[in-house]
Amino acid sequence: MASLLYPLTICLYLLNLSAAVFEDQVGKFDWRQQYVGNVRFAYFETQPQSPNVNVKKLLVATENNIFASLNSRTGDIFWRHVDKTGPEGHIDTLLVHGQDAIVVVGNGRLLRSWETNIGGLNWETVLDTGSFQSAALIGVQDLVKYVAVLKKSAISLHYLSNGHQKWVENLPDSDTVQYQTVYSGGNGEVFVLGVVPHSHIVVVAYSIEDGEILKQTSVEAPWMSSLESSCVVVGPGVLLCVDPVTLSLYTLPLQSEESTEMNQILLQTLDLEVASGFQPVLTSTQPNPARPPLSTFFLQLGPDHHILLQLSDGLIAPLRDFSPSVLVTFATTGDRTVAAVMTPKNDTACSVNLFTVDSGRRLLDTTVIYHMDPNGGNPIRLYVHAFLKKDDSVGYRVMVQTEDLTLTFLHQPGRVVWTREEALADVVTMEMVDLPLTGTQAELEGEFGKKADGLLPMVLKRLSSQFILLQAWIAHLWKLFYDARKPRSQINKNEVTIETLSRDEFNLQKMMVMVTASGKLFGIDSKSGTILWKHYLKDVQPNAAFKLVIQRTTAHFPHPPQCTLLIKDKDTGLASLHVFNPIFGKKSHIGVPALPRPILQTLLLPLIDQDYAKVLLLIDDQYKVTAFPSTKNVLQQLQEMASSIFFYLVDSSQGRLSGFRLRKDLSTELIWEVVVPAEVQKIVAVKGKRANEHVHSQGRVMGDRSVLYKYLNPNLLAVVTESTDTHQERSFVGIFLIDGVTGRIIHEAVQRKARGPVHFVHSENWVVYEYWNTKSRRNEFSVLELYEGTELYNSTVFSSLDRPHPPQVLQQSYIFPSSISTLEATLTEKGITSRHLLVGLPSGAILSLPKMFLDPRRPEMVSEQSREENLIPYAPEMPIRTEWFINYNQTVSRVRGIYTAPSGLESTCLVVAYGLDIYQTRVYPSKQFDVLKDDYDYMLISSVLLGLFFATMISKRLAQVKLLNRAWR
Amino acid sequence: MALARSRYLDTFFVLSTVTLLFWTEFGDCNNGRRSSDGMDTDFSGFSIPLEHSFEVDDVPRFRGRGTLQLRGGRETSVSLSQIQLMEEDRNRLKDVAAVDGLYRIRVPRVSLQADRQTERQAEGYLTAFVRACSVVESHLSDVISLHTDVSGYLIGVSIVTLPGACHGAEVEDEIDLEAFNTTISIIGPVNAPAPETARFIERMEQEMEKKGKNPQEQKSFFAKYWYLILGGAVLLMASSSAQPPAGGAREQG
Repeated sequence: MASLLYPLTICLYLLNLSAAVFEDQVGKFDWRQQYVGNVRFAYFETQPQSPNVNVKKLLVATENNIFASLNSRTGDIFWRHVDKTGPEGHIDTLLVHGQDAIVVVGNGRLLRSWETNIGGLNWETVLDTGSFQSAALIGVQDLVKYVAVLKKSAISLHYLSNGHQKWVENLPDSDTVQYQTVYSGGNGEVFVLGVVPHSHIVVVAYSIEDGEILKQTSVEAPWMSSLESSCVVVGPGVLLCVDPVTLSLYTLPLQSEESTEMNQILLQTLDLEVASGFQPVLTSTQPNPARPPLSTFFLQLGPDHHILLQLSDGLIAPLRDFSPSVLVTFATTGDRTVAAVMTPKNDTACSVNLFTVDSGRRLLDTTVIYHMDPNGGNPIRLYVHAFLKKDDSVGYRVMVQTEDLTLTFLHQPGRVVWTREEALADVVTMEMVDLPLTGTQAELEGEFGKKADGLLPMVLKRLSSQFILLQAWIAHLWKLFYDARKPRSQINKNEVTIETLSRDEFNLQKMMVMVTASGKLFGIDSKSGTILWKHYLKDVQPNAAFKLVIQRTTAHFPHPPQCTLLIKDKDTGLASLHVFNPIFGKKSHIGVPALPRPILQTLLLPLIDQDYAKVLLLIDDQYKVTAFPSTKNVLQQLQEMASSIFFYLVDSSQGRLSGFRLRKDLSTELIWEVVVPAEVQKIVAVKGKRANEHVHSQGRVMGDRSVLYKYLNPNLLAVVTESTDTHQERSFVGIFLIDGVTGRIIHEAVQRKARGPVHFVHSENWVVYEYWNTKSRRNEFSVLELYEGTELYNSTVFSSLDRPHPPQVLQQSYIFPSSISTLEATLTEKGITSRHLLVGLPSGAILSLPKMFLDPRRPEMVSEQSREENLIPYAPEMPIRTEWFINYNQTVSRVRGIYTAPSGLESTCLVVAYGLDIYQTRVYPSKQFDVLKDDYDYMLISSVLLGLFFATMISKRLAQVKLLNRAWR
Repeated sequence: MALARSRYLDTFFVLSTVTLLFWTEFGDCNNGRRSSDGMDTDFSGFSIPLEHSFEVDDVPRFRGRGTLQLRGGRETSVSLSQIQLMEEDRNRLKDVAAVDGLYRIRVPRVSLQADRQTERQAEGYLTAFVRACSVVESHLSDVISLHTDVSGYLIGVSIVTLPGACHGAEVEDEIDLEAFNTTISIIGPVNAPAPETARFIERMEQEMEKKGKNPQEQKSFFAKYWYLILGGAVLLMASSSAQPPAGGAREQG
């Protein structure tokens, strides 16, 4: 009988737990945004458009190893190729010719050609080893046929049509000469330019046909250190270099036979002056790879000073001086090339103008005004898409890239068509903040919040707030009436603005505060994904670490909510605080403490100051504590509480965990120390529990009706170590459970023949971790649960100082059929709902795995008691069911973190997965037990109720009549 | 340090509880591989000092409390011999308890594998604490655990008193605060279980066998479903003879 029941129970569970999305629910509660990252190369499709294809494309290659095509009308992604992370997938260069995009990947490892319309791969070639230097398209007789790839010691030529190698040649003296540039003017020769720093330049000319060296010259250039940064090719094959020391330009005709010396032209003779300490930059353009570059070029003389120059017959003549000018670029359409110059107009706007390249004359009606975001960064790059209008004049569109990785696409005369916030491709940390109450609700709240001052003012206040309510109601009615008159198509109901933000009935809509690696903060509406505010922190180092804490929630009207971001420089450890309002993104005017010493640890205390802000403690490297806010009230509270404030520090390089206690004078004392020798194992992660986690049930009812109490230590730390010995037989993963107050090692386990990366979740009375089993070569999950036993030591309060008995530890492991990227647990308001684990898989799926499957009490043999307890019989393999994918087909690329937040509904948990993409959804681990279904029959229930009501009325009446009649009798 | 230790040895000892603790190795069946560790160790043993500190001003000043005698080898055993508290110490401990100070202990960082002790004598100590009042109220009865890592290196020490709470009870009798009543143990890491595939397969096979042996399951097709076939036949007959099919349905049920 038991054997029959066993598969049955499993089936029953699986049936119960399947929680997939119905087709009509797609996109109702969830949204996904896709990003490409920091753009390094961008090309507009320059091919003349055929009349039936009116969609224009923009090709981008980014630092996140992504090659994508964007719709230049909407900014949406047409297609996107996500390569490997790290140097292996690094995109070295992008060259576009017609419908083909040539990409060199992984420091010259692969050469690929993509078809730009649909994003299909034309061909791929594995290149010879050697570090990549440069690549160029090579044309012969006005036709671009080849692509040349220059490596440190060799040059190879490939056919553009199929990627086959035409020839490969070793470069002469490549151990002394640094070859950096490859150039071809379309006349049957390929020039490879190299430099011996502070000595001479080497020019090698190869024949395109067979790779034969036609000519090899070396020219004295003792001032030169790098070709790439100081030289360009202009005009009919003239190498033009700038020397920042002597402030002069040098020219060298590449084709001429006898040139052994560069021709020096002092900038002074051209009446040009370089800003002090500035390295001048040359910019030239070669519109067609089969023809020589134009003879016009830009010279940047200062941070905001450019000049357009022309080279003719070895002489340089200035065409136009642009001062001030922020950015310059060339753009080509057909056979016309123009120069685009961005000049600052005032503090908040820049204007872009077009100029002809042959004379430097300004083209009329070509101004585009670019308004800079006051919370954004400065523009760093300008991409111009020029096209010919019907009247043969040049029209253009501009894409501006700013420091904060924003792409803005503008039409004339300054209409923003779209913007993309590419900083969101690299979210570091996030929090969800409740939205504030509506204005009217807040007004009522405020009435109760203010101090009472006499009867009459109170009455007046009440009247005024009632009047405001009336006003709001009339305004609402008016809006309804007005909207009803408008045609339906014009009403945009989903529009979310910062003014209309208010908490909904079940607190399902929240503000997502996201911190990105570039130092840009975003406030995103969780319901629609609309970016409501953004703030760029200008002086953030690229390697900074962030920690975001919510000091005051929205619950304390009229005090605004307050978030604090701790920005820590990883090298120096020095930190700074950015305090802001998470709903509006505005920087707060509260004075922040100066932090002159590196910060080791932060601690958000449950103490609040008189303004309801939680106290943040910052511990520096001398173990001194700074409190923020540090008002008198706070300091007084801290003094009273000092002996019960403990914190811990982790020094993973020495394997030292140490505990400290706060003293009354805000100094600290060392009270415990645990040292895990770093020679044997290295601490990789330490995790406590989430502060906002609630546990509803203190224990578990077992089959025999006794209760197994959970060991719910809020101070428990889970410490994960990895062995330094990586041999597959001897490597291990260590799990330590340490009390953060007393330093007591509660449990110490070793997972042998295991290796990281370890992902783990620590919550309630359990720890779940995932590791790689080196012996069986598979991923495994393990779960640890802690129980006090059948009796509680002290049921009223938990104190780490008074729990002498160690808990019982149960553990079980399972095989998981996939590797994982990240792990998180669901979180609900009161903790009644059963828990699920959210597993981010490398495939881009997010798996909602019931915690029930990870239960160390799963029995080997089914018994009456285990069935009573609803325990699933033990099976070593953990299933992955496709119904458990909460993001159905909405793949989240490179998921790096999952954030969970409780909502006002106990059954519902809000989930945000972030990585390259951002995906927001809701999960219902125990189904929506507190929500009526969409198809709930209100009509039936109300008619039944009404019917019953009338029936009682009638029967009551009848009974009365009957009683009366009986009384008369 | 050695001098100081010998001075303690001169004073009289109170031998407290001795606990033997095995290298905890359960869960896994195939764990014969560790034997090489303890094969050639000498069983002479060695000792490390256990120090304690309790000060009214809460600045630690560690003094000797006793000596831990360790016997190395595959099964490390430990015994603790400690000195009694002097009059002065007892009074100070009471004073510290009165101001809710801390009672701290510490042991040096050493390897418990006797053969490695000399090569891996790292500097530094491992410390732990309890509230002094709970030490007083428990009448100096405490549990000290020494935690080791996989290679037998001491990584942490913990102390709890029994009972652990402070109720503010006065300790009248001075005798109660003279001698420690200590339970000491060495706790090594537990081997975390791997997925139990072998036993699961075994169990599945057993179930299959049971199923196979069960005579009920081996009945022939007709023996199993005779009532269905009969019901179907009756139904067919009933419908062909143009009678109301209700009779057939009743037959089937």
